[in-house]
Amino acid sequence: MAEHSVQPTAASEDPAQNAEFEARIARGETIEPKDWMPARYRRQLIRMMSQHAHSEVVGMLPEGNWITRAPNLRRKMALLAKVQDEAGHGLYIYCGTETLGVDRQELIDQLLAGTAKYSSIFNYPTLTWADIGCIGWFVDGAAIVNQTMLAHASYGPYARAMVRICKEENFHKRQGYEIMATLAAGTPEQRAMAQDAVNRWWWPSLMMFGPHDTDSPNSDELLRWGVKKKSNDELRQRFVNLTVGQAKAIDLTLPDPALEYDEASGNWRFGPIDWDEFWRVVKGDGPCNRERLAARRQAHADGEWVRVAAAAHAARQQRPADAA
Amino acid sequence: MTGDTQLPLWEVFLQPPKGGAHEHAGSVHAATAEQALQNARDVYARRGETVSIWVVPSDAITASAPDDAGPFFDPGNDKPYRHPQFYKAPRGVRVF
Repeated sequence: MAEHSVQPTAASEDPAQNAEFEARIARGETIEPKDWMPARYRRQLIRMMSQHAHSEVVGMLPEGNWITRAPNLRRKMALLAKVQDEAGHGLYIYCGTETLGVDRQELIDQLLAGTAKYSSIFNYPTLTWADIGCIGWFVDGAAIVNQTMLAHASYGPYARAMVRICKEENFHKRQGYEIMATLAAGTPEQRAMAQDAVNRWWWPSLMMFGPHDTDSPNSDELLRWGVKKKSNDELRQRFVNLTVGQAKAIDLTLPDPALEYDEASGNWRFGPIDWDEFWRVVKGDGPCNRERLAARRQAHADGEWVRVAAAAHAARQQRPADAA
Repeated sequence: MTGDTQLPLWEVFLQPPKGGAHEHAGSVHAATAEQALQNARDVYARRGETVSIWVVPSDAITASAPDDAGPFFDPGNDKPYRHPQFYKAPRGVRVF
């Protein structure tokens, strides 16, 4: 709405305005699109929200890969609905990002040009049906932990998009966990397939929360501005704590010999994360980075006739007199 | 005509069942109002929680400005006699 007619902030900022902004954040107020905000707050939000939106959109690809091969109609309907939800979630967040005064086309161009980032988890391949279960359980589970926090973000349109997403995402996690529980209780081959998927997805899922707090350059600022309410490591710990019991309940083993309950803190301690792998995938050298971008570009090119036809139809509707 | 237009922006308002008011949900891009309605349904109403959708061209909305919020809403802020708590009732009586 008028939400979208935002003027970019001038380069030189008034310290008094800055102080008032920080005070509003400290009071827990929500920042809305037409409110004054520091240029850097705006930039950081555009970066973070567009990466989040891209992740939802690219996240459709590894799962879409299995729609035609789902083992039965019930699973197929669920997977179709989940992938549709991911498309919707991408659109909610693009819409929120636009309220910061950036064009959607610009964001999509950045994704297609390969200059935008998205969650590194989607650069891993989905080799078996169990991977679909594991994505719902781990990847959506991790996303819920993150998004539940972001539903309290200081920027209103982002927080509201997260509320909408969180309401829908629980089905994603449960359908994934159900797939895993079914396979884990199945034949030895099915059990082995489930365990293999857990082995491959566990560590990349922990990496989804981003670098350690000590290596995360954006975290301090985002925490100070109330965009994030918890640090990467806090969220990661929460995800581990939630997941250990779920794995035990279906008798699957998380691939970490160092996993150990710490009475004092009430946390499950876990082993070291391979950050070299994380940075390799973030920088474009994951197993599927090129394939994912190629698929997005192809989808965009394949959709061109639809955009052209829609615009032609609209133009024709506007002058019905010449239409005949 | 280029195929890379993002199409005009529309704001989406959803009405929940059981008599709630239409509430702003987000926005969609679409070439026409009819297409905006269909897109809004696909994006914002996938679970039967909506009985009616409004779509409005984003640039048709006039909004109050946050900088003027103080004086603009001021006439409503200094009239405590518009609230029931302004009025006294004998102790122990349930008035409402």
